[in-house]
Order: sequence, then C-alpha cells, then structure tokens
Amino acid sequence: MDRTVAARVVELRKVYGSGDAEVAALDGVSVDFYAGEFTAVMGPSGSGKSTLMHCMAGLDAPSSGQVYLGDVELSALKDKELTRLRRDKIGFVFQSYNLVPTLTAQENVELPLSIAGRKPDKSWFDQVIETVGLGPRLHHRPNELSGGQQQRVAAARALMSQPDIVFADEPTGNLDSTSSAEVLGLLRKNVDDHAQTIVMVTHDPVAAAYTDRVIFLADGKAVRELREPTAELILEELRVLTAAAVAGTAAEG
Amino acid sequence: MWRVTWRNLLARKLRLILSATAIVLGVAFVSGSFIFTDAMGSAFNGIIEGGTADVEVAPKGATDFESQQDFRTIPASVAQELEQLPEAESVHPFNQVLTLYVIGQDGKVVGGNGPPGLGVTDVETRSVTGDPIVEYVDGEHPVGTDQVALDVDTAEKGGYELGDTVEFVSPSDPPKIEAELVGLVEFGNGSLAGATLSLFDSASMQELFFDGRNAYSGISLSAADGVSQTELRDAAAPLLEGDVIARTGDAVTETGEEGLEEILGFLNTFLLVFAAVAMVVGTYLIINTFSILVAQRSRELALLRAMGASRRQVNRSVLAEAFVVSLVGSTLGLAVGYLLALGLRALFGLFGLDLSDAEFPIALRTVIVSYVVGVVVTMIAAYLPARRAARIPPVAAMRDDVALPESSLRRRLLAGIVMIAGGIGLMVAGFAGEGRTGLLLIGVGMLSILIGVSLMSPVIGRPLVRGLGAVYHRIFGMVGALAAQNALRNPRRTAATASALMIGLTLVALMSILGRSASASTDKAIESTLTSQFIVSNLVGSPFSTSIAEQIREVDGIETVAQVRQAFAEVDGSGEPVVSADPQDLTAALQLPLAAGVFSQLEPGTIFVNQPTAESEGYQIGDTVKVKLQGATVPLEISGIFPVGAALPADYLVTHDTLTQGGLTPLDSLLFVVKEDSADTEDLRAGVDEITKDLPTVTLKDPAQFAEEQRGQIDFFLNMIYVLLGLAVVIAVLGIVNTLALSVIERTREIGLLRAVGLSRRQLRRMVRLESVIVAVLGAVLGVVMGVAFGVALQRAIADQGVDVLSIPWLQLAVFVVVAAFVGVLAAVLPARRAARLDVLRAISTE
Repeated sequence: MDRTVAARVVELRKVYGSGDAEVAALDGVSVDFYAGEFTAVMGPSGSGKSTLMHCMAGLDAPSSGQVYLGDVELSALKDKELTRLRRDKIGFVFQSYNLVPTLTAQENVELPLSIAGRKPDKSWFDQVIETVGLGPRLHHRPNELSGGQQQRVAAARALMSQPDIVFADEPTGNLDSTSSAEVLGLLRKNVDDHAQTIVMVTHDPVAAAYTDRVIFLADGKAVRELREPTAELILEELRVLTAAAVAGTAAEG
Repeated sequence: MWRVTWRNLLARKLRLILSATAIVLGVAFVSGSFIFTDAMGSAFNGIIEGGTADVEVAPKGATDFESQQDFRTIPASVAQELEQLPEAESVHPFNQVLTLYVIGQDGKVVGGNGPPGLGVTDVETRSVTGDPIVEYVDGEHPVGTDQVALDVDTAEKGGYELGDTVEFVSPSDPPKIEAELVGLVEFGNGSLAGATLSLFDSASMQELFFDGRNAYSGISLSAADGVSQTELRDAAAPLLEGDVIARTGDAVTETGEEGLEEILGFLNTFLLVFAAVAMVVGTYLIINTFSILVAQRSRELALLRAMGASRRQVNRSVLAEAFVVSLVGSTLGLAVGYLLALGLRALFGLFGLDLSDAEFPIALRTVIVSYVVGVVVTMIAAYLPARRAARIPPVAAMRDDVALPESSLRRRLLAGIVMIAGGIGLMVAGFAGEGRTGLLLIGVGMLSILIGVSLMSPVIGRPLVRGLGAVYHRIFGMVGALAAQNALRNPRRTAATASALMIGLTLVALMSILGRSASASTDKAIESTLTSQFIVSNLVGSPFSTSIAEQIREVDGIETVAQVRQAFAEVDGSGEPVVSADPQDLTAALQLPLAAGVFSQLEPGTIFVNQPTAESEGYQIGDTVKVKLQGATVPLEISGIFPVGAALPADYLVTHDTLTQGGLTPLDSLLFVVKEDSADTEDLRAGVDEITKDLPTVTLKDPAQFAEEQRGQIDFFLNMIYVLLGLAVVIAVLGIVNTLALSVIERTREIGLLRAVGLSRRQLRRMVRLESVIVAVLGAVLGVVMGVAFGVALQRAIADQGVDVLSIPWLQLAVFVVVAAFVGVLAAVLPARRAARLDVLRAISTE
C-alpha cells in the first residue's frame, strides 16, 4: 500500500531508573504512523503506550532510538526548537481536558496560534467551531462547560492550527459514553474530511473502534496491529495479550 | 492530627520559610530597636557612671547629663574649705565646657555634627565605679594653655600624634585656639560615644574659657575609707551657699539615667513605629500565605473532615502550623534583629553617635517582646485562613475542584467603607486633639483607612488591572493577556499582595510630600521674612563663640549683626526649644509682623510665643509661663505673639538676658548679618568670610544658601525615614515573591499545558514577570494615591505650624511607580525560573 509516513519511531527505547531498578517502558519499538490516518495505540497498563506518545510528541526524551515527525528527527532538537515544533506541528488532546481556566472557550481554541502571535484563519475557525458544535458557548469559561464540552474545546484547540499530527491521550477517559461518542466522532470526521493525522492512546475498545488502525503494545514492544478494527476484534486481541502478560508474570514468579 | 500538622510543615518547607520571612523581618525590627537602644543606654550609663565622683558639688542643674553649657562657677575658696574635711580623701575642683571642638588634620570637626566637645580640667578623680575617670595611656599631663591631652579615639580620628599641634574651635574669645598634644588618655569606662575629650590644666581652663576667674564649674569629692557618699555629702553641704549644692554620686547618676531614659524612650518609640509598620505589612503577607496554603490543601482538609476530624481540629491544625512557624520566625528574627541593631549603629553613626565600642546586649525583655510580638501577630494573621479551612465541607473531598468559601466582595466593600469612614473620623479627632494622643489617633486613623482600602482593593483595583491587561495584550499578545487574567483570577490574593506594598509606599509618598512641602514652606518663609544679606550658622548642635559676632561688627559696611541663641528649656513642664535675641537687632534682620504686641516689649522677664503654640496652649498677652533653664525655674510674662517663621527655629523667643540669668553660657547659634545700604555685598562677603573660614563649625551663607541648608537638613531626615521604611517595602516585595511562587505551584498543570501547546520558556517567564509587575504597580499606584491624599490632609492640618505651602513632588511619585514596576520584575525572577523549569510531562499530570 502506498501511504505517506507522518511519523515514525525506530528502535525506540525508554528506560526508567538504573541498575536493578531499571524498567524498560519501551523496549525497541519501531512503528510507522501514516498521514491522514486515525491510529489507536492500545495495550495493557504498563505496556508503554503513554510513554510512546510522550516521546513522539517531544514531551519526553527516549533513552535510545529515533523519532521522526515528517523528516525531522526529534532527538536532534533543542528545547526551544521542540517547543516551536509542538506549537506549530503538533496538536494535543489530554484526558483531563487541560484548558486554561482564565480564558474563554474561543480563546482556548486560539491559544496555540496566539502564543505564536498568529491570527486564526476565519473560515477554518468557523468550520472547526461548527464541527465541534460550540457556537453558542464560545464565550464561556471552562468551569461553565460540561466535561464533554470542555473536551470538544480541547479537540478544537488541537485541530485549529492544522497541525501535522494530533496526539490524543485517553481523550474519552473522563467522559460518559454520549460525550465520548461526540468527541470521537469529531476526531473521525476531521480525518475523513480534512485528512488530519491523529494518534490516540486509549484502553477503551469502543473508542479504538473509531480508528483506521490499532497498534498493540505489550511489555514495551509493538506486538500486533489491526486494520479496520471493530470493538469485538479489539477486545479479543486484548484478551490474548492480557492472558500472555499474566502467564509471563506467573512464569517469572 | 498532630502528625498531619507536622508532616504538613515539613512538606511545605519552602512556602513556610517564605511566610516566616515576614515574621523574621518584623520581629527583627522590634528586637533590633530594643537591642540598639539598650546598647546606647549602657554606653551612656557607662559615661555617666564613669564620669561621676562620690560626691559632686556644682551650681544646681549645671553639670547634669542633659545640662547645657553653664558659666556659673564656685569660688576657689569653697574648694579650699572642702579640702579640710576629714571625710574627703581627695577634692578635685574642675572647670568644663561642652563646646570645645577638635579640628582634625583634614580641617573638619572631629566626630561631625552632634556630639559634644568636652573640655575639662586635667584632674585625677576616681569615679563611683572606683576607677579613675581618665587614665593616661601615653605622654604627659599638659601644662599651660599651649598643651593639651586628648582621648585616644579623638586623636586617632583627627589624625594627631603626640607632639602635633591640635586646633580647636573655642566657645570663648578668640574663637580658634591651638595647643600641642602632649598626652593621650582613655576615658575610664571606655567609650565616649562619639564625644571628644580635651584636657587642660586647671589654670589654663580658667584662663581659656572662664575669663581667667579663679573659680570652678564643679568640685568632685572622693570619700575617705569607711565614709559613705551620704556622709560625705552631709559634711560638705554646710560649706556651700547660694545655688551651689552637693549631691551623692548615686543621685547624680540616677538623675542622669532618668534624663537618658527619656531620650532613649523617645528614640525607641520612634523606631518601634517603623517596626509596627513592618509588622502590619508582614501581617498581610502571613494572611496571604496561609490563605493560599489552605486553598491548595482544601481537598486534603476536606478529606480529614470526611474521615471524622472536627472543625475545631482542622482549625487547630492550621493554627498549630502557624504557631510553629511563628516560633521559628521569632527566633530567626531575634538573630536578624541583632544584625539590624548593628545597622542602626551605622545609621546613627552618621549623626556622630559613635557606638563602635559599645556592647550590644540582648536583654531578657527583648527576647520576651520578640516572641510575644512574633507569635501573637502570626496567630492573629493565621486565624482567618484557619477559620475558613474549618468551613470546608467534608463532601468537598469527593469533588474535583474545591472552591473555598470566601466572604463576598460586597461584604468586603461594605467593611472597607466602614473602616475608611471610621479612619477619617479618627484622623479628624486626631487633628483636633493634642500631642501624643492626637498623633496616635491620626496614626490609627490612617491605618484604619489603609486597611479599608485594602479590603476594597479587589474591587477598586480591578479597572487598573484591566487597563494594564489591555495594554499588555496589545504589546505582549496572548502572554500579556494571560498574565493579566492570572492577576484577576484571585482578586483577593492580588489585592492583599498589592496592599502590603501599598502601605509601605503610602508612607514613603506621604513623607516625600511632607518633606517637599516643608522645604517649600521654609524657602517661602526665608524669602519673605529675611531682610539680612548674610547668615552665619552653625553645624547642628554646635553653638559658637560670641566673639565671632563682635568681629563681624568690625567689618566695614556692616549695619547690624543679630545674634540668635538656642537653648532647651522646660516651658510649663514640657521640654521645648527656646531662642533668644536682641529685639532691636532682630527687627532689622527679619520682617516679622507680630500677631500681638510690639518688639520693644520683648525685655528681660518677658517671653514671646509663636501663634500656633499660643492657640493650642491658649496663651494670651499678659499670661505667665514657667520656664525652667538648667536648675532654676522663672516665671515669664507673655508680651508678644509672633507668626511662624522658619528663620526662628523655635516656638518661644526671649532676650539673651533670660538665658544668661538661667546660667547658660552665651553662645550664638545663628547670626543675621545686615549691611549698610551703600556697602558692596561681595566685599562684605569677603570680609565676613575672612573671619569664619577657618572655623569648621561655622559657615557663612546668603539667604539662598541658608534655605538650601535647611532643605538639606530636611532631606537628611527624610532619607533616614526612607531607610527605615525600606524594610516594610522589602517585606512587601517578599510578599509578591511568595504569592507568585505559590501561584506557580498552584498552576503547575496549567503551566504544563501551556508549555505542551508551545509556550516557550521565555514566554512563560515573561508571563510570570508581567503578572508580578501588575501586582507591584497596583500596590504602588494605590500607595501613591493614598500617600497624596494623606499628604494633602496632613499638610492642611499643620499649615498653621509653618508648613503652609503644599508641594507635591509628582516626578518623584512617578519614579516610585516605575521603580515599583522594576521591583515587580525582580520579585518575579525566582518564581518565573521555577515555573520555566517545571518538567512539562510531570506538570501536566499533576493533580
């Protein structure tokens, strides 16, 4: 299949602690993430999925291996360049929304652009706001919005600057199923309509079923992947992985 | 519960250290004041004790600690009779002057302005402590008028060694003398606190300073073995006549120490006023810190409540924390206070008070007061946050975001208005009242208004913060807008932080307005009242020989030289400065339109008072006031009332005769020189300058220079007050640091997010800095506005006491605000660095 690679990790290792206490959160992961795709990263707790995302987003530095965003190799970048990269090329959606409480919904959406000192493109702004369905609530502060609304603001913020890639870390972790569906639908729609690249870490098979491709991590390694996933298929994979993990632990003990 | 308290203390070391800093500085000021005045007290007590013999015979009031130079004497025959007493082991008649100033090798007066220049007969007397009053460490006793012995410190400061010729400004004729340094002595008790000591032999003292009369200023008696002070005094008393009395050494030291206590008490109160200001500012810092700590811990406190801790327990755990902090703070404060006392020593050294040899004891009283002040203030300040903590409902533990119950802004507004109204009432009452009570009322009123304003400041400061925010947004974009929003999100916190700075700046602005107004008023008074062309004036507190006036009169073209003398007297029981002058000369030199009476009615036995004094005391022409000079009290009839004029530096005016009757040596403080119409001003200046140029204690000025000198004195005093207020400002700045640091901790997650979405470290630091500047500028603007309001009110209130011109130094006030903005930048350095160093990943996942 002929796809453009939006991001790529090569032999990525991330080790915490040293000596006996050494724990490898990532133990040689190599994965390509394709442009215009919605990819989910899944795995049991401790499989390294969050660490992978943090390393890819330039929030955490890997112990060895490379991370490429487009053609740029992240380990070569200084803090200043990483900051600019995050500002201009990356969008974030966090589990706990992480909106700035002093800013209105609109200001939060525009935040990465205004930090860079740029004006949002009017028609794109309207389009995003419409997709997100926040029109009447634009001038409210985060504490006046429900969790689902806050997360939609966060999603709009991530999409506003049309970044090369959006990272979503358990975006539905704090939401009920209706709000989750709204937020996921919104992300899906952006991938379909605007070929936005999105990488989402989740442990929820229902959420992962919205994506094009699911990558499974276990023990710091990429072990399988699924295309065109459904919730049932994912659940099945997870069951196998978890069983293996339990067996592994039992064998060690 | 105690364990929780203790753990909290340890876990929040940094924040608590910051709030303890406020206590440390406040307590340091209190303890420093006490330590310093104690040190001064012990130094002067040492001088009094070390300079007093078993029994002292002298004219009443002539040789007390606070006596001014007295020219009354005891005939030599009395000394001879006393020598016959079997009770006296030795009898040492002596002469003394207080205004014999040593001129150093550099041509300047040794010790600067202020401390007395003692000239005493070289005698070998023992003091009450049993030690000799002076001890020779080098050289020999002086013999004849051309030999002198100096104390070691003075010789060293003046740059003199044995064999050198020492120059003096003499209170007598001629006004300048010189003598060879033949001996070096040490004062029995060590330090002379900056005073200089010059010793001549007995005959030379009389010849140089007492017109050669064979008579003495006083006679020191040492008791024979087994004879008590009282026995010796009783034996000596029958031999004395007139106003000459004998007193025991103990009685003399006791009177001296009483006089000293009064001066020290005044000084201590003066310093403690600034300590109180520092404490009030510190209180804001403590309240704010504990409020923020409680807010940050509200979830944890709710959890404690949910697990069954009572309100009381929560309240107490916060107060217990405060108690421990206050103990630590007070202890450190005591230690810093010692350093501060050394700082005060340097500050007062500028006035010539040399305490470099003095001990700085920490009295038990100082320790107790320090702890009481530190603990009480902290507990009061922590009470409000503690009560609020106890009101957190247990269910809050389950919620995500806990909002602390806070008093409504409307209630604060109302309370603020009440405080301001009450404060204005107190100030009005204070202006109507008198003396200390009046001042106290004014002070408490001002404090009340300031607290009222700080209560209201979350509301009244908002437009200012918004305005700054708009400017920020325009200049700094989103970063500026975020900074302004951050300052607005906790209006109470921002306001309390700014209020601490406001109080300091209010006082600074107030003092600068009063100082400038006083200068302007003095200028005006000098310009409008002075008709003389020249003024010869002295360094503060060092009057000069009358022979200078005599010599100036000899200069061609001089019409009048009006001599003005200064003295301290008790007028109807309260200590007041009094001036004396010849009425005719005075009318030639000054234009003083009298409110009542005519100048010719100023004659021996009468007194003039100035208008505000007459009004406040209810004096009228014909009334009699009791004036006590040195020993004796005389009734004087009020024969005139003069307007306030800076050219006459006192509330009371008498004739020279009245002062000499009281026993005071005639010494001039000011000369107003009037020329003949035809005389050339520059020739005259040269002529007079010839007389004064070699005398460093005496300077020749024209009215403009005279005005400048007066301004200089006001500025000197102002600068000293700025230094003392500086500490309050420092505490306020620490408050800003504290609030910002706590806010950064509180907003960790948000900062992490901003960094994650692309805010650079530099932008983050700028954001913190800009917020800090907002707080500082808010405090400065409020402070300057309040300072102007108080300044205008106070100037109006004392307009009739000579400060009748209102002058507001706008430029200076603007500079204060700009400086405050810079201070804001400085205060943000550490918190901003801390924020910038936060690990993005960890920050974003903090609770």
